[in-house]
Amino acid sequence: MLNIVNKSPFQSTSLETCLRMAQPGQGLLLIEDAIYAATKGSSAEAAIRTACSTLKVYALQPDMDARGVSAKVIEGVALVDYGGFVDLVAQYSTTNSWL
Amino acid sequence: MKKFMFVNRKAPYGTIYALESLEVVLITASFDQDVSLVFLDDGVYELVKGQQTKDIGIKNFSPSYRALEGYDVEKLYVDKQSLEQRGLNESDLLVPVEVLDTKAMAALMAEQDVVLSF
Repeated sequence: MLNIVNKSPFQSTSLETCLRMAQPGQGLLLIEDAIYAATKGSSAEAAIRTACSTLKVYALQPDMDARGVSAKVIEGVALVDYGGFVDLVAQYSTTNSWL
Repeated sequence: MKKFMFVNRKAPYGTIYALESLEVVLITASFDQDVSLVFLDDGVYELVKGQQTKDIGIKNFSPSYRALEGYDVEKLYVDKQSLEQRGLNESDLLVPVEVLDTKAMAALMAEQDVVLSF
């Protein structure tokens, strides 16, 4: 399963609940305002680092670039472009978009 | 037949998500699929008994959850932690549900063919 989160971790419990429900081996793709969770120094950093040990964690680079935070990406988070986004959706059998 | 799971995470009247989810659930059930509903985070507020919406001018759709049984939608799962965080328990809810801990809920979610989140 590919879990997709699009809300800032400071605005919504989406990421927190997603991480609570995600099973080892699943994917997590951060897009839109959720990419702030993948930046060093945010209070979500520890949760993302922990997630990287059991999940494949991705962030959408165009959304990081747009927000000026690409240089702060946490090691272990793989950056993907829109083509990569499509590949991920095709690669996992199910997606879960956490609104 | 595919396993469809509807994940409800929003309180009922602040946004349209809860009502939209219910409508999609009924459509899916009419196509004879294996449907389950999950209530997480503020979604647990959708099932609270005693909703009275007359004075906010929005239809009270909570009785519809009781009608789901008539569409063979009988799998309603509620997250234990979300209930506890909100000071609720099973007796506050308007339909019979199965309360699951994180481990059981995560396992159930992982075995679905389709997951739709609202």
